[in-house]
Amino acid sequence: MTTKNKVLDFIQKYTMIIALVLVTVFFAWRTNGKILDARNITNIISQNAYVFVLATGMLLCILTGGNIDLSVGSVVCFVGTVGAVLMRRDLNMWLAVLIMLVVGVLIGAWQAFWIAYVKVPPFITTLAGMMVFRGLSNVVLQGKTVSVTNEKFVQIFGGGANCYVPDFLHGEGINLLCLVVGIVACALYLFFTFRNQISRRRAGLETESLAKALLKSVVIVAVVIFFTYKLAQYKGLPMALIWVVLVVLIYTYITSKTTVGRYLYAIGGNETATKLSGIDTRKIYFFAYTNMGLLAGLAGILTIARLTSAQPTYGQNYEMDAIGSCFIGGASAYGGVGTVPGVIIGALLMGVINIGMSIMGVDANYQKVVKGLVLLAAVIFDVVSKKKNS
Amino acid sequence: MAENMLEMRGITKVFPGVKALDDVNFVVKKGSIHALVGENGAGKSTLMNVLSGLYPYGSYSGDIVYEGEVCRFSNIKDSENKGIVIIHQELALVPYMSIGENMFLGNERGHRFAIDWDKTHAEATKYLKIVGLQESSKTLIKDIGVGKQQMVEIAKALAKNARLMILDEPTSSLNEEDSQALLDLLLEFKKQGLTSIIISHKINEVSYVADDITILRDGHTIETLTKGVDDISEDRIIRGMVGRELSDRFPKRQNVEIGEVALEVENWNVFHPLYPDKKVIDNVSFHVRKGEVVGFSGLMGAGRTELAMSIFGRSYGTDISGTVKIHGREVKLHSPRQAIDAGLAYVTEDRKGSGLILSNPISVNTTLANLKGVSKNGVIDPHTELMVAEEYRKKLNTKTPSVQQNVGNLSGGNQQKVLLAKWMYADPDILILDEPTRGIDVGAKYEIYCIINDLVAQGKSVIMISSELPEVLGMSDRIYVLNEGRVVGEFERGEASQEKIMSCILSTDSAAKEQKQ
Repeated sequence: MTTKNKVLDFIQKYTMIIALVLVTVFFAWRTNGKILDARNITNIISQNAYVFVLATGMLLCILTGGNIDLSVGSVVCFVGTVGAVLMRRDLNMWLAVLIMLVVGVLIGAWQAFWIAYVKVPPFITTLAGMMVFRGLSNVVLQGKTVSVTNEKFVQIFGGGANCYVPDFLHGEGINLLCLVVGIVACALYLFFTFRNQISRRRAGLETESLAKALLKSVVIVAVVIFFTYKLAQYKGLPMALIWVVLVVLIYTYITSKTTVGRYLYAIGGNETATKLSGIDTRKIYFFAYTNMGLLAGLAGILTIARLTSAQPTYGQNYEMDAIGSCFIGGASAYGGVGTVPGVIIGALLMGVINIGMSIMGVDANYQKVVKGLVLLAAVIFDVVSKKKNS
Repeated sequence: MAENMLEMRGITKVFPGVKALDDVNFVVKKGSIHALVGENGAGKSTLMNVLSGLYPYGSYSGDIVYEGEVCRFSNIKDSENKGIVIIHQELALVPYMSIGENMFLGNERGHRFAIDWDKTHAEATKYLKIVGLQESSKTLIKDIGVGKQQMVEIAKALAKNARLMILDEPTSSLNEEDSQALLDLLLEFKKQGLTSIIISHKINEVSYVADDITILRDGHTIETLTKGVDDISEDRIIRGMVGRELSDRFPKRQNVEIGEVALEVENWNVFHPLYPDKKVIDNVSFHVRKGEVVGFSGLMGAGRTELAMSIFGRSYGTDISGTVKIHGREVKLHSPRQAIDAGLAYVTEDRKGSGLILSNPISVNTTLANLKGVSKNGVIDPHTELMVAEEYRKKLNTKTPSVQQNVGNLSGGNQQKVLLAKWMYADPDILILDEPTRGIDVGAKYEIYCIINDLVAQGKSVIMISSELPEVLGMSDRIYVLNEGRVVGEFERGEASQEKIMSCILSTDSAAKEQKQ
């Protein structure tokens, strides 16, 4: 490979990371570094927690062939409504959480059944769901706001002022727990990376060069330490980050290591071939959409905890944020291509643009224009680079 | 002597890995009906696609001289403007549009921004009359039969001011009566001066309607026979089509012992999934023994793929009846999974469309049908997976820099090997290989044949569906001939020949016709 090709290859592989870095640098310059303040970093995470969660679920649907779920915003609202009403009646918080997740799964399964077994197009099924659950939320709330007063619930799932993991290591002037978590995470990452390298080498399989692996590790460790240090200077680990990291880890594992994950990609890549390989594709569709319901349930929990209330308008356009993040993050509009980390990068990019423009004082309407153009540009890039490859 | 309408000189067209046309010369006289015949894959359709501009000027070499003028078509529109209209084997009509709308689709009457519907239907009615259809031009296409649809296609061609009409297998989906009407219509048009080229494998129709017959074989022009000058009997034409030497293109099989019956299918009936009253497979019975290669020969559309897929977990067709026995035990196979578990594998003829995931690496494709083999409790072990892929890469000699290469980047032959690897890893007892060497070069073909020999040497059974007669003859221990969904012949190795198989197909064709008459 020539040097020029290598550079092109690198750019193609890490386009969105490069874009994220460039955009962050741009805003750091325009806002005199404000965007890298601990408080703003915390905000990016807490404000966008629902996007990370929904985008992860949406990726699974998109992998099956570019199919999307339009109902998630309404499902978030409905689940939140149910939870708020239940907690209002002093139901035990954990029971309420469980019920909300179950409601999410049931809604997901209801839609998944029509999509997987009756072959109603996902677009139509979820468009219907979008209307139905928005309407039901309104019915239950009777158009009013129900506030969430359970403090423990808000503290554990929320993104407000007190929603941080308590520093039980009692650092002075700095959140020691946060730093320790960052260092442990780096250590674990290094351990697994190099264990994998060694076992692959033993098995005689090809591995990336040691220099490359080292460089990658150094960059990742530096980034993690930098951000945990920043967070430690402020109030420490936001609770929302814990939930997001959990979702990301679990779904990265499912999509990359399990047979179910493999089948999701296979269906999107070639449905007939997958069927003829003895795989029941209906089950896989069912899984993707039921799971979307589960994650919409979780996003509903995060949303009412952060906003400490439920309103009939909550969750509007959430589906668009999730879908946008997926495509910006490299998921293919035809299915079969995309990763959870990629989607998270996509969501982060959107989040950074949002908050950066807000700090700069850009009009909210222009923010929408910019976000729309970024989405279009990302998909154009996907389509064009595919054409070149074929 | 009539002047020449069309001359194609020295046409050569190369696809990656395959020379589809090699220095083909083809001359059509003005006002004649010229038939183009040849086996599947001889290059008939390719030649017509070159003529119509589907393969644009520059993608082939040679000259097209049309009405004395050298033409360089860059798309179909160019050739249509000159009056060359091609009617494809698969009808290109929109079912939920009326006859009139279809007839002028892309060629609308009236202003660009306002279609003149009165003119459209008036003209449509005129052309419908010419082809002898009584239907109103406002009838929807879906409401008329296939035979009438074919007539609409011809009317559509006439509406484009066709002076040279190309018909690709026009009668393949028509019954006897409709076919006859169509052929008579062509003769009628000839009297009015229209020139046509007809591609057909129905030799009796060709000798009935054609003035000249050009035979293509393996991308070469073999000969052109003229009615009244040369012998144009069916035997003569068949000899021209198949007259090829069987050389040592096939590896010798080391005394493989042929054992017990491994797969037995009895009284198998399958109906078309969209037209439930159309019988696609008609009471087919066959068996395959352990260590045996059984060839399935027949023309395109004979029902071979449909037979294989309907057995493989009912992947095709409706209202399937009959029994399948594997190692003497009757099995019910309702899904591909059950078929795989019972020891069957179906290696599709369409490796890109329904065989491989082109956007995924070789390793993923290799293990797709047997992911259990490399996973535990639903979790894949990536190391084992890579090692399996690597093992099969070596075994089948797949040429690739790495098993993490996407399958879409491989050549046809190597893709075919990955597809075979996938099914070999599923460890079946009986493999159905559908056109295992389609579109791959000679060297890769030989390697595939060696793999087939290895498989039977291991005691597996192979069913090989192939449209290439030499391949069927060279590889099979036994051959079944299929035609129109029925088994019309069975030959042991040694007693079969290309002529016998061809005449077996053709005689059943005409027998069926006699019955109808």
